[in-house]
Amino acid sequence: MKQMNKKLATATCALALSIAAITAQASDTIKVGVLHSLSGTMAISETTLKDTMLMLIEEQNKQGGVLGKQLEAVVVDPASDWPLFAERARELLERDKVAAIFGAWTSVSRKSVLPVVEELNGLLFYPVQYEGEESSKNVFYTGAAPNQQAIPAVDYLMNELGIERWVLAGTDYVYPRTTNRILEAYLKSKGVAEADIMINYTPFGHSDWQTIVSDVRRFGGEGKKTAVVSTINGDANVPFYRELGAQGVSAEDIPVIAFSVGEEELSGIDTAPLVGHLAAWNYFMSIDTEANDEFIDTWHAFTGDTNRVTNDPMEAHYIGFNMWVEAVTKAGTTDPSAVQEAIIGVTVPNLTGGYAAMMPNHHITKPVFIGEIQSDGQFEVVWQTPSTVVGDAWSDFLEGSKDIISDWRKPLSCGNYNVVTKTCSGQNFE
Amino acid sequence: MKSRIKHLMCALGLLVLLLCAVQPAFAKSDDPVLLELQTLLVSSNNQDRTKAIELLTQSQHELAFDIYGLLLEGKFFFNRTDNQLYLVDRAEAGQSALHFLDERDVTIERPRDFRRVALNNAQRTQIRRVMAQTGLTADSNKIRMKAVRQMMGDPDPEALSLIRAAYTSETNGKVRELMAVAIAIDTVTQTDEAAQRDAIDTLSTSLEPRARNALNQFVSQTDNASLKELAEKGLIGIEQKIKFYKGLETVYFGLSLGSVLVLAAIGLAITFGVMGVINMAHGELIMIGAYTTFVIQQLMPNHIGLSVLVAIPAAFVVSGLVGIAIERGVIRFLYGRPLETLLATFGISLVLQQAVRTIFSPLNKTVETPSWMSGMLEFNPVFAITLNRLYIIIFCLLVFFALLMILKRTALGLQVRAVSQNRAMARAMGVRSERVDMMTFGLGSGVAGIAGVALSQITNVGPNLGQAYIIDSFMVVVFGGVGNIWGTLVAGMTLGVANKIMEPWAGAVLAKILVLVFIILFIQKKPRGLFPQRGRAAEG
Repeated sequence: MKQMNKKLATATCALALSIAAITAQASDTIKVGVLHSLSGTMAISETTLKDTMLMLIEEQNKQGGVLGKQLEAVVVDPASDWPLFAERARELLERDKVAAIFGAWTSVSRKSVLPVVEELNGLLFYPVQYEGEESSKNVFYTGAAPNQQAIPAVDYLMNELGIERWVLAGTDYVYPRTTNRILEAYLKSKGVAEADIMINYTPFGHSDWQTIVSDVRRFGGEGKKTAVVSTINGDANVPFYRELGAQGVSAEDIPVIAFSVGEEELSGIDTAPLVGHLAAWNYFMSIDTEANDEFIDTWHAFTGDTNRVTNDPMEAHYIGFNMWVEAVTKAGTTDPSAVQEAIIGVTVPNLTGGYAAMMPNHHITKPVFIGEIQSDGQFEVVWQTPSTVVGDAWSDFLEGSKDIISDWRKPLSCGNYNVVTKTCSGQNFE
Repeated sequence: MKSRIKHLMCALGLLVLLLCAVQPAFAKSDDPVLLELQTLLVSSNNQDRTKAIELLTQSQHELAFDIYGLLLEGKFFFNRTDNQLYLVDRAEAGQSALHFLDERDVTIERPRDFRRVALNNAQRTQIRRVMAQTGLTADSNKIRMKAVRQMMGDPDPEALSLIRAAYTSETNGKVRELMAVAIAIDTVTQTDEAAQRDAIDTLSTSLEPRARNALNQFVSQTDNASLKELAEKGLIGIEQKIKFYKGLETVYFGLSLGSVLVLAAIGLAITFGVMGVINMAHGELIMIGAYTTFVIQQLMPNHIGLSVLVAIPAAFVVSGLVGIAIERGVIRFLYGRPLETLLATFGISLVLQQAVRTIFSPLNKTVETPSWMSGMLEFNPVFAITLNRLYIIIFCLLVFFALLMILKRTALGLQVRAVSQNRAMARAMGVRSERVDMMTFGLGSGVAGIAGVALSQITNVGPNLGQAYIIDSFMVVVFGGVGNIWGTLVAGMTLGVANKIMEPWAGAVLAKILVLVFIILFIQKKPRGLFPQRGRAAEG
């Protein structure tokens, strides 16, 4: 009996110790939420970003963490299910008390998380190019707004390649629809006739492109130099490019410029028939800088696979994470309100040899690159903007949004301020 | 290990071949043109590369065409540490690189040091134009056609005079016709009225987009009323022909979409149609077939053409075995309980998807298209058939008839039909119904695997492949009539063609919805599908 008691005592003691250890650890680390789908349709793109975040956190911890504390990643899986994004975000903020969330890919998943981070005053760093028309106090948009990707791409085609006819092809959801609306307005403002613009939408995962490619071929064969501006998303790209190759549409006749096809997407395609087609991004793996080399080496070491590619949203997370670290250090606390105030104006190096600054509208400055696909699945930069471009939350080419600005500095503190009526409206204000 | 060595040997062999092809050519390391070329090509400035191509064209260097070819293939690399030009087959660690000028072999240590000399579209067009001019005298009709077509758009007047010169000695009828069109495009802009009239006649017979554009342009610019009328008449004729071929194309596109639907659904026609098992994991069996193709290509990287053929039986066996495992492990306990079968197989489909994600990563895998499957069968400039689709249509019909033979002519087929019509009676006659169930399900699953091989040639090979086809497959089987594989063939082809006819005016999104609405209405009217089973079997 005595022996039993002793055992029990040891056990209790051990238990108490381990609980103490857990709580001690909890107060000694800063938790960072990683909200990317690890299963379901979006896993193809988002798993890489989860790994990127784990790598960035590991590297930061090697340098001593933040504010003298180690960072701890809390990874959750919203399973490509949009309402689940909101639920998981709530868990991260309420249960795990994370200091910031890095995550989401599709616009609908961001829209689903938005009310949660606003209600609980969290921080969300969103790393993917998107359609704009949004600026929230609690969200930082480290991917490209339309004026940082789509507009410069169209400028390049128009001025450098002399394109006169346009096919705007996209998957049927909010990002392509809004982007194409902006592009259509922009093209018309440049004097392109209605008859020279063809707009086409296809369902998610569309796999039979025969008719559309053949239409494009006919549209482009009518004498004027034609290009396709593609906002086709994810899995639908492979059959699309395959059909282009099969029907013999070469980049020299009808170039296709894509906003959603990067190194990662190309690693799943036989690129031989695609050589010369274009993509517009703010980062390419092939860009030759020391910072980029180092990033790629770290990535290869972290994944243990030297064939893994890097891409634009990964750089966006790199920039977003470094900005957050900088802002937390500057504010001396991880308190979201303090970080929101401190992060505006923070400047960190990007991977392509310049600097990214967080603007008052919660978007960042980015250089824009146009790259041509090479046979090894990499891009060769053929053009870049002379300087960085400031992300514009509200497009200047859409009726109803051109008078709106966003500025989260005091005293304005508004994401949706109409300069004509001088009112702050919508959900995006304090 | 063995395969790795083999892999390396093959790669080396290729490189040696490549080197042999170019080695005797590059024996001059003090050639001023080549030295200049090296400095221009290693520059990171795009314009320098354009200059390099101009330099080669102007110098008329004896190696110019070899270098063009290598540039287009992307074999030129430069080492950023020493700024020298190399020929590299594969920029991977351990591979060798051949120094362009002095021909020494270097082993690549850091692949990132070697940068490809990348061309942009303008430069590629530049090279192709130069190469096209020599193509005019090539032996192959195909190359001469291509050359003429390339030169048609060339504003350089020298190109036209080259075509004129070649026209007189051309013997092949088709190439001659094309050359006549190229010349007519120029003649129609001149001032000699009789020649213009002839040129318009020539252009009116051609379906080349450039000929039509030339006519259009002529109509909008000319003041001569009679010529204008003639050109307009020619244009109307061309438009009519284009309309006809467009209709033909739509039917072909429809049949090709239909054949994909039939391939995806035909396995289900057996498991669901004949056996009555609602198998939600059917799509994943297709996916397993596609992944089998990928694995086979990885095992035989130097025989891509053969690998697809090997993949067909392999995918049948792999998917078939997985199917049998599913049947033995889960479904046989659930016969007669359709709702539970549906839920259980849906669970299996998720398990299989996640298993593939874990084994192969969630990224899509590259399945290469063998060279004999790529390309087009061109009838005329507005109507061409893509070969990969053509093979898939043929393949679909082969699979269909093979399956029909199995069901109609073999002992297994007889037993399958017996069991599905009256299980108790079949058992009384000594048929081992459990074994027949297993074999039937394996057969259906194996056919799904074969469909995966075909789909790997036109769509993504990724964990979500199956989901994209499961709904379509059920649609086809239900529409065609459960239990009738002829119905599946007719239904698949009908839906394919209907979809393609609607797509141009309704858009891809609406076309899909309309087809779905149509099927729902059709099923209301005829619940047993296009070809309902008759007799007592259908009632039971």
